[in-house]
Amino acid sequence: MGNMKLTLKIWRQNGPNDQGKMVSYPVNNVSEDMSFLEMLDVLNDDLVRKGEDPIAFDHDCREGICGSCSLFINGEAHGPGRLITTCQLHMRKFKDGDTIHVEPWRAEAFPVIKDLAVNRSAFDRIQAAGGFVTVNTSGNLVDGNAVPIPKDDADKAFDAATCIGCGACVATCVNSSAMLFVAAKVSQFALLPQGKPEAKRRVLAMVEQMDKEGFGNCSNTGACEVECPKGISLEHIARMNREYLAASVTKE
Amino acid sequence: MALTGLFLSIFLITHLAGNLQLLDMSPEGQQKFNEYARFMTTFPLVKVVSYLLYFSILFHAFDGFLLTIQNRKARPVKYAYEKPGANSAWYARQMALLGTLILVFLVIHMKHFWYEMHWGDIPTVTDTSGKPMKDLYSVVAAAFTQLWYVALYVVMMGVLAFHLLHGFQSAFQSLGLNHPRYTPIIKNVGVFFAVVVPIFFALIPVWMFINA
Amino acid sequence: MSKLDSKIPPGPIDKKWTYHKGHMRIVAPANKRRIDVIVVGTGLAGASAAASLAEMGYNVKAFCFQDSARRAHSIAAQGGINAAKNYQNDGDSTYRLFYDTVKGGDYRAREANVYRLAEVSANIIDQCVAQGVPFARDYGGLLDNRSFGGVQVSRTFYARGQTGQQLLLGAYSALMRQVGKGTVRMYDRHEMLDVVIVDGKARGIIARNLITGEIERHGAHAVLLCTGGYGNVFFLSTNAMGSNVTAAWKAHKRGAFFGNPCYTQIHPTCIPVSGTHQSKLTLMSESLRNDGRIWVPAKLEDAKAIREGKKKGSDIPEADRDYYLERRYPAFGNLVPRDVASRAAKERCDAGYGVNKTGEAVYLDFSAAIERYGKLQANVLKIENPSKEKITELGRAVVSEKYGNLFDMYENIVGENPYDHAMKIYPAVHYTMGGLWVDYNLQTTVPGLFALGEANFSDHGANRLGASALMQGLADGYFVIPYTVGDYLADDIRTGPIDTKRAEFDAAEKEVKDRIDHFLSNKGTKPVDDFHRALGKVMWDKCGMARNAEGLKQAIQEIRAIRADFWQNVRVPGKADGFNQELEKAGRVADFLELGELMCLDALDRNESCGGHFREEYSETEGPQQGEAKRDDENYAYVAAWEWLGEAGKAQLHKEPLTFEEVKLTQRSYK
Repeated sequence: MGNMKLTLKIWRQNGPNDQGKMVSYPVNNVSEDMSFLEMLDVLNDDLVRKGEDPIAFDHDCREGICGSCSLFINGEAHGPGRLITTCQLHMRKFKDGDTIHVEPWRAEAFPVIKDLAVNRSAFDRIQAAGGFVTVNTSGNLVDGNAVPIPKDDADKAFDAATCIGCGACVATCVNSSAMLFVAAKVSQFALLPQGKPEAKRRVLAMVEQMDKEGFGNCSNTGACEVECPKGISLEHIARMNREYLAASVTKE
Repeated sequence: MALTGLFLSIFLITHLAGNLQLLDMSPEGQQKFNEYARFMTTFPLVKVVSYLLYFSILFHAFDGFLLTIQNRKARPVKYAYEKPGANSAWYARQMALLGTLILVFLVIHMKHFWYEMHWGDIPTVTDTSGKPMKDLYSVVAAAFTQLWYVALYVVMMGVLAFHLLHGFQSAFQSLGLNHPRYTPIIKNVGVFFAVVVPIFFALIPVWMFINA
Repeated sequence: MSKLDSKIPPGPIDKKWTYHKGHMRIVAPANKRRIDVIVVGTGLAGASAAASLAEMGYNVKAFCFQDSARRAHSIAAQGGINAAKNYQNDGDSTYRLFYDTVKGGDYRAREANVYRLAEVSANIIDQCVAQGVPFARDYGGLLDNRSFGGVQVSRTFYARGQTGQQLLLGAYSALMRQVGKGTVRMYDRHEMLDVVIVDGKARGIIARNLITGEIERHGAHAVLLCTGGYGNVFFLSTNAMGSNVTAAWKAHKRGAFFGNPCYTQIHPTCIPVSGTHQSKLTLMSESLRNDGRIWVPAKLEDAKAIREGKKKGSDIPEADRDYYLERRYPAFGNLVPRDVASRAAKERCDAGYGVNKTGEAVYLDFSAAIERYGKLQANVLKIENPSKEKITELGRAVVSEKYGNLFDMYENIVGENPYDHAMKIYPAVHYTMGGLWVDYNLQTTVPGLFALGEANFSDHGANRLGASALMQGLADGYFVIPYTVGDYLADDIRTGPIDTKRAEFDAAEKEVKDRIDHFLSNKGTKPVDDFHRALGKVMWDKCGMARNAEGLKQAIQEIRAIRADFWQNVRVPGKADGFNQELEKAGRVADFLELGELMCLDALDRNESCGGHFREEYSETEGPQQGEAKRDDENYAYVAAWEWLGEAGKAQLHKEPLTFEEVKLTQRSYK
């Protein structure tokens, strides 16, 4: 155990319909080698021992790839630091005596389940609306090398595909827009020959679902790109805009 | 938003180009300006374009209003602690506020000049061929003898500058025009545009005030 | 007579699968609509199976405890996926992949299954490419490969260091497509808490809605468990925090035999433990061993000085460094298989040569690679007589290009720049080769209950080769289960919907509820993690990288004590009818506490050393292989399948003898 002392101000909310409020917790013995979530583990351990209700928060892989963790720390999605998720944020980024504000992602489309855990099923529904290539499982598909894909396109598609679906883009956007998330998927498939045949249908369907879910609009502030733990570029939003405009204009 | 925004930006250039004539305060200059004003209110093609312009302003404002309502609804519970400066520029986040200020300014501006020119009772002068024409120049000159009015214009051009600073390049992004090679150029042009155009606009009232 | 029928089809090994596919019964399209299938888990195996079965026409219900199907822990796999495509023209073939896998598994896998795995491996790549998985490509636009984990060909397909993520997102998108079509009903934030057996067949599950806490009954004609491995029994592992054995363990308690529970893979290159607060361990991709050299100080006093902070790794002169893998295994050097590399690290640290505060770390050093690449790069750039600094600068750029993201990850966690200071690494639990025993059709000993992916005891024998887990998960889900489940379901076309009001469902639901009530009403004082940590320590110390009979017997006693303490003194706050993460953990740890004992029992029974299972009593005592694992093919060439006998610690061993017709059993030598 270390010797940092911190004050945490954490959003507590019992359920989706509960009002919720910020509650202060002192935490001692924080080591700078701890991850932010490990620091919360220490606090929760303490709360359980005292017979209090521990703080609910989503987390799973704790290595920055599953996209479960989702905290708004000191006014930023995944806290200070770039290209990391909350589970990769370490306490050496903070100083002894700091006060740290911790809140859930806030968006109409991400209702709070409890405390810091929110429901991000809207992303799944957007994906189900068109985030796929229509291909059945088959042992008789064409060989993987039958269609060469220019390396640049493959690399760019990969850049888009690294999205972990954490929702930091929505949380950080002044408008709670999900454009970066949707664009990453649209862009990945738009760049690959396999995704081309249904590109128009895909972008229209995914955007329609996104709007239905109650996300806000993109006003190009660029905050999402800065806070995205995978550094997904605004270029993908532009590509989606292009795809969307073309599809809207040419649809029958 | 993007299309109307870009159209309005183009309008700003033509509007500026015409109004820079105001800087020439000699009688010939005044004459030329009044002729220009008459041309702009009577030439059929300009009329057509001006209707497009009115529509653009209204659409831009109305759409902006709708989008802002949607955006507000998208986050019913606000963050208790925010640090937005860490990832974006304040003026990019405040486009609706800046836009509203500009809209209010436009109402004042148009009431004073555009409305007066079309339907107001303003003095007339004669053109070179001896026909009477409205003396918009004197209306403008009179307006810009008032310090508060000049100050309003200067401040509002600052507001416009910030609106353009984000709006110009944002419009290209919304239209899907983002390219690793060209986007930096667009951004630079946008900054240049957002700084130079409002400065020149602001120069007019200041100049007329000083030289009145 | 053994109760185990592996149902291996007749014929030569390369014809078995084809023969089997041709002779299995199938369900007609109109009848598939009348059949419900439950898939638990949405990792590579689960998502691919659910998507494939749904598009065939079955009604699928898919369950995952995560908030989205996309977050299953397959997503964290870094390195790649093997496939016998032979794109590199280096002599790869189905047979060679089969052979490498059987050998890599230390001859404890079923030949026929492994051959089928190798056979369908190429289809996986085609399938994933068609789904839009952005694999790495070369400038000609064709798929790129790299070599991996101690094999002699380049057959690993990859997507930077995020292959698992990309493959899972491919399978997830296929799954979501079916969800959109309504052929799959997705139940996320649902945890399976029991399987329901009706008339000897698996006919449904009991699941808890993790948001509302509601206990739900779901009926189906077949249940597929794709619930991953149980590495978290060790508390600290590279698994996700939520990874658990509960689904598999409940199945075990309902009659499914547990195969080879003691086979655990300890991955050699993980970031060492930094303190008692540690919640999980982070893997550094095996690919680092291609360029990094592993060493410890050759002198004990140097190691001691480093531990005390008086010296740094860079202070140790070349002559006083012990590159122990290169010393012990000159042929494979730093690229020996995972089990060998891990044990060697432990051996050095146990001998007192460890290099971090706790003495449980070795160096993974890139300075030689930086120098080598730097010189090469200087040649390429035609820089004559480059300075030492210039070489370092150029070399760092090359290393950064190859491993930059891993180096960043390391620096972020450890707070030390790995370009300046050699990385410190230590082995950590990573994968479990053991799991539910399944036959060739992936069916457990309970009819209608299938296990796929890491959840089954699988194709990896006693040790899994790198980049083979992704291959197996997708092979099971895309290309095996769609055929084999039909053979079973052909009998169910007239069964009709499963009635979840039956007494069997009542009973299972009651058990689940009673257990939850016990947790919440127990007047304990200690949080769940206390017990989990204690269990993990016992497992790691006594049933980890090296085991011995004495330690295992002690471990069993200790686990029993922890278990008794747990049921008496655990404190679970909150309520049953709502989001309660402590309650979720409690249920999982309760099952780990039973599994742990079975693992020790299995390890104790297996009086040999093979793959990930190293018994200190069974190592070569002389000759060039001295100190290496000593297998006993005469007595232990079998799969140990354990039957639950009603209480923890009581299990009946059944043996499935392994016969090797294609591969000759030899000692694995990497010398």
